[in-house]
Amino acid sequence: MTKNLRVKSSKLVDETYRISFKFNGTTYYGFKGDTLASALLANNIHLVGRSFKYHRPRGIMTAGSEEPNAIVQLHNGTSRTEPNVRATEIEIYEGLVASSQNCWPSVKFDIGGINNFLSPLLPAGFYYKTFMWPASFWEKYEYFIRKSAGLGKSPDVPDPDIYEHKYIHCDVLVIGAGISGLIAAKTAAKNGFKTLLVEEKSYLGGSTIYQDSEFFKINNQNSASWLEKEINEIKKIENLEIKTRTSVAAFHGYNFLLARENLTDHLPLEQRENKTRQRLLKIRAKKVITATGSIERPLIFDNNDRPGILLSSAIKKYADLFGVACGEKNILFTNNDSAYETAISLIQKGIKVQAIIDNREEIDSKLIKETEKNNIKIYKGYTIVDTFGYKRINSVSIMKLSKDGQKVVGSKENISCDSLGISGGWTPAVHLFTQSGGKLKFRDDDQIFIPNTYPSNQISIGSCNGDFTLDEILINAPKLLKQFLNIKKTEYENIEIYSAFNKSKRNIWLLPSNKIVGKTKSFVDFQNDATAKDIKLALREGFRSIEHVKRYTTTGMGTDQGKLGNMHALGIISETASSKMSELGTTTFRPPYTPLTFGTIVGRNVGKYFDIIRKTPIHEWHVENNAEFENVGQWKRAWYYPQNGENMHEAVQRESKAARDSAGILDASTLGKIDIQGTDASEFLNRVYTNAWSKLEIGKCRYGLMLNEDGMVYDDGVTTRLDENHYIMTTTTGGAATVLGKLEDYLQTEWPELDVYLTSVTDHYATISVCGPNSKKIIQKVIPEIDLSDKDFPHMSFKNSKIGKVKCRVMRISFTGEQSYEINIQANYAKSVWEKCMEAGKEFNITPYGTETMHLLRAEKGFIIAGQDTDATMTPIDLQMDWIVSKKKFDFIGKRSLYRSDTIREDRKQLVGLITDNPEEILEEGAQIVADMNKTPIEMLGHVTSSYFSPNLKKSIALGVVKGGKNMMGQKLIIPMEKKQINVTVTDPVFLDKENKRLNA
Amino acid sequence: MFLINCPFCGEREQSEFKAGGEAHIVRPKQPTELSDDQWAEYLFMRKNIKGIQFERWNHIHGCRKWFNMVRDTSNDEIKAVYKMGEKPPVK
Repeated sequence: MTKNLRVKSSKLVDETYRISFKFNGTTYYGFKGDTLASALLANNIHLVGRSFKYHRPRGIMTAGSEEPNAIVQLHNGTSRTEPNVRATEIEIYEGLVASSQNCWPSVKFDIGGINNFLSPLLPAGFYYKTFMWPASFWEKYEYFIRKSAGLGKSPDVPDPDIYEHKYIHCDVLVIGAGISGLIAAKTAAKNGFKTLLVEEKSYLGGSTIYQDSEFFKINNQNSASWLEKEINEIKKIENLEIKTRTSVAAFHGYNFLLARENLTDHLPLEQRENKTRQRLLKIRAKKVITATGSIERPLIFDNNDRPGILLSSAIKKYADLFGVACGEKNILFTNNDSAYETAISLIQKGIKVQAIIDNREEIDSKLIKETEKNNIKIYKGYTIVDTFGYKRINSVSIMKLSKDGQKVVGSKENISCDSLGISGGWTPAVHLFTQSGGKLKFRDDDQIFIPNTYPSNQISIGSCNGDFTLDEILINAPKLLKQFLNIKKTEYENIEIYSAFNKSKRNIWLLPSNKIVGKTKSFVDFQNDATAKDIKLALREGFRSIEHVKRYTTTGMGTDQGKLGNMHALGIISETASSKMSELGTTTFRPPYTPLTFGTIVGRNVGKYFDIIRKTPIHEWHVENNAEFENVGQWKRAWYYPQNGENMHEAVQRESKAARDSAGILDASTLGKIDIQGTDASEFLNRVYTNAWSKLEIGKCRYGLMLNEDGMVYDDGVTTRLDENHYIMTTTTGGAATVLGKLEDYLQTEWPELDVYLTSVTDHYATISVCGPNSKKIIQKVIPEIDLSDKDFPHMSFKNSKIGKVKCRVMRISFTGEQSYEINIQANYAKSVWEKCMEAGKEFNITPYGTETMHLLRAEKGFIIAGQDTDATMTPIDLQMDWIVSKKKFDFIGKRSLYRSDTIREDRKQLVGLITDNPEEILEEGAQIVADMNKTPIEMLGHVTSSYFSPNLKKSIALGVVKGGKNMMGQKLIIPMEKKQINVTVTDPVFLDKENKRLNA
Repeated sequence: MFLINCPFCGEREQSEFKAGGEAHIVRPKQPTELSDDQWAEYLFMRKNIKGIQFERWNHIHGCRKWFNMVRDTSNDEIKAVYKMGEKPPVK
C-alpha cells in the first residue's frame, strides 16, 4: 500500500521540502506544492470517499475545482473544521488533518455500502415516492432521512478566522490565467488599461505551462517554455495586478463580480494567527475577459466510477505538474486525441501505458503515430463495457462498437490495470458567462455549448469560447482582443504555431453495453449517484424539461454542481427523447461557481458588528442602573430596571404603579422625529394624516394617524405646531425611516407643487418623558421659569424654554394616560438633564421605567401600538378610532379606501378589550379567540394582540382583534389553550380613566 | 448588481437605491368620484412585463431623490433614467 509513485521532479513540487499530513488517522508525506490529491496519489491512495446515495467507494477523479468525489473534511472536531473541501484544490501544509466524508465507521468499511446492493430498490425519486404516506409516519422517516442526508459536518464552535470584504474597480478584469488569459491580460495592460488578472490555482499558465513536448510549439519553442517567458514579462507590468488562489464565484449584471481570494488556507495553522483567511472581492470592471478554460468530459459506461478511474487530463496533470503516477498499469479510454497527449506524457516519464481504447475506428494523427511507435496497443473502434475491482479498479472488459455506435458486437476481452484515464472531449466552462446573462449556442461539430450573445461589456476567449487547440487560441484570441479593446494590433500577429492535435472526435453520450440499461450503473453525476438509468426513468415517467429531470434525478445538484456530467445528462435526454440539444438548452448555472465559506460571505459583519446598534444619549445611565435592554429595530431600549433580584413581572408591576401613583421617567429618544417646514406644511399634514390640521394653533400638539393608500393604519404619533410654517412630527421608533421615506415620496412625486421641507432630527434631539401626578412638580424644579399652570400649559400644548443656557422644547403630551411632560433637548445634554430630573424627583420616588411598563400603561388606557395591535389589515374604523377620521377633508392618503366594499364590512376584525373571568389569568399574546368550541371546524374569530396584568386595576387586561367585535360588547368568548380554555368577556378597549381626568389633572 | 446613473448624482451602485414599482401611475385628482373598480385599478393593478418597463427608483442612500427608469426586464439593460415629471426619453 505505501508505495511511492513519485516519478520525477516536476514543475510545481519542491522535493526538498517535505510535509507531513494526516489522512483518516494515518500520517503520510508529500512535498511543498502538492495538493492533498497529488500527495495521496503519490502514496498510492485512490479511495478517499463514499458516494452520496449508494455509498460506493470513490476515488480522486480530477485535478481541479470540478472534483465530484474527493471531497474531505479538514480538521474534524476543531474550530477550523471545514466540510466538502476538494482534495484536488487544497494545498498541503505541515499538520494538515483530513478525513473522508459520508462513510461510517470508515471509508474502507462503510455500513451505508448496503445501499449499493439495494440500489435496484432506490431509483430516482425513491424518497419522493416512498415517504409520502401515511403522512403521520413522516416524523419517523424524517429522523432516518436526516441522518443519512448531507455531506460532512459543520463546525459547532465559532470560527476563529478573520474574513473581509474589499471593493475593486478596474478597467479590465481577466478571469483565468491560462494561455488565453495571460495574453489577454498582457495585451490589456500594455495598452494602458488598469487590469486585474485572477486565477483560482496557485500558479499561472493553466495546462499549457506543463505542455512540454515537441508536438506543441510556439515560435519554435515548446509551448511551456514560451509561456514561461511570457509570464516573467507579465509579472513586471505595472498596471496589471495578479491574484492567484482567487476564484470568481459570481458574475452578475453590469460587470459586477464576486471573487474569493484565499490567503492562508495553504499555510500551517500556526502561521495563520491574526491574518485574514479569505477575502471576498467585490469587483466592478468596465470590461471583463472570461478565459475560464474547459473541463474534460468523462465517458458514460457501466461501473465508470471506481477508485482509480480519473479523467485522462488529470492523469497527465498529476504526472507533468506534480510528478505523480496515478498507477503502474494505466489504461486510457477516449473518443478524441487528448488521451494521446496523456500517453506521450506518461511515456516521457517512464510510466507504463497498458493500452488505449479508442471509440473511433479510423484515426490517424501525429500524436497517435507517436504513441504507436512506443508499442502501445490501441483498440480502435472499441468501448469499455464494464470495470472490476471494488476499492480500486483492477481490470476492464472491452467490446467492439458497431458501425453506428449504437451497440457492441463480437466477444468480450479483459485487460488488467490499476488506473483508467477517460476522455470524452472537452466542455467549455461557460458557467460564469451564463451567470452574467449570456446566451449560449450549440455547436454541432463537437457537441458543445459556446457563448453566443453577451449581455454586458465582456468577451470569452480561449477554450471556454470553443477554441481548444493552440493554433485556434493564438489566432482567434488576439483578433477578439483587438476588437474588444479597440486597439490596432497585438504582439501575437506573426506568431508561429505548431500543434499536432487532431480535432476528430466520436461523440457517444451513453456508450452501448452488452447488458440492458436497467442492469448497468453508468454514472452521469458521480457525487449524487445519478445514473443513465435514472435519467431514462425520469423520461419514461414523463419529465421533459431539463430543469425537471435535474431535480427529479438530482443530476448536477451536488457541491460540484455537475461540472463533469451535466452535458451527458443533456445528451442522454436528447437521444432518448429525440429532441435537439440546441432546443433542450442547459440548466441554469447559479453562483457560486465553487462553494464559498459563510465566513467569506459575512466578512467582518459578525459578533457585535453583525448589525448597527443605535443607542440613545442616555444609554450609559440605563446600563449603570441595571436596565435590561430590548431590541427595537436597531435601537437598544431600556426594557425594565430590575431591583434586588426582581424578575421582569415584578419590576414592571413596581414601575407601573409608581408611574401612576407618583412619578415615572422614560427615555423616549428613539421615537422618530421629523422637522417639517414650508408655507404648505399645514396642507401637507392635512393630506398625510386622517384628521384636520389647518386649525391647529401655534403651540399646540395633536395626535395623528397615518394610513397607507389602501386605508390601513401605517403609523401614528404626535405632531406639534412650533410656528406658522414649522411643525415637528413624531413617529413610532420602528417606523421613523419608512415614514420619512413615504412623506418624501409623496412630496416629490405626487405633490411637487407643495412648499414643504422634511428633515430627520431623530438623532439630534433626545426625549425625556416624566409622567404621573407629581410630574408637574418635578418639571417645575428642573425648569423653574416655566409656567406649568393648567390654564397656561394645558394637555396637548407646547412651550419653548431653557434649562440653564440650553434651549429645550417642552410638550405636555401623554402616552400613559397620566399627566405627563416631555422634554426635548439637544442630544448631548440629554444625560445631564435626565440626571437633573432624577435628582428633582427623588423626593417623589421618581421611578425610571422601560418599554415594558410603557406598553402596560398605554394598554390600561387603550392606546394602540402601531405594529402590535395593528397589522397591515386594520383601518382606523376597525380600531374603533372613527373620531380621528375627518369627514370634512376632501382627501387624504387612504381616504378613498375606507369605503371600499371590503373595508365597510361589519364583520371585519375589530379592536376590543378582553377581560378574563379569572382576574389573575394573563392571556398569551397571539392566542386565538373563538366563540363556539363545538363547531367543526372551529371558527377562529381573531387573536389577542396585547396582554398584561394591570397593578393599577388589579386584574388581567388584554386587547385583541375579533370579527365583528364592535357589536359584541359584554359577550363571552373563549381562548383555547393547549391544556385549558380561558373564558373572557368583550369590553371597551379603554380600561382606565375614560374621562381623561388624570391627563388634565 | 446594476450600475445606476442617478440623474442628480451620476453612476452609483444599485445597493444605494430602492426600487419603487411601476412609474407613471398618477394618483387620481378626485378619488371620491371613483367607483371601487376604478380605485382598485389605481391602487392594486400593476404590470409585470418581460421587456421594456417604466419604473420608479429612489436614491435612498444618496440624494434621496425619486426618479424614473426605463429598463428591459428580460436582460436588465437600463435604457434611460429621467427626472420625475419628465417625459420618458424612449418609447
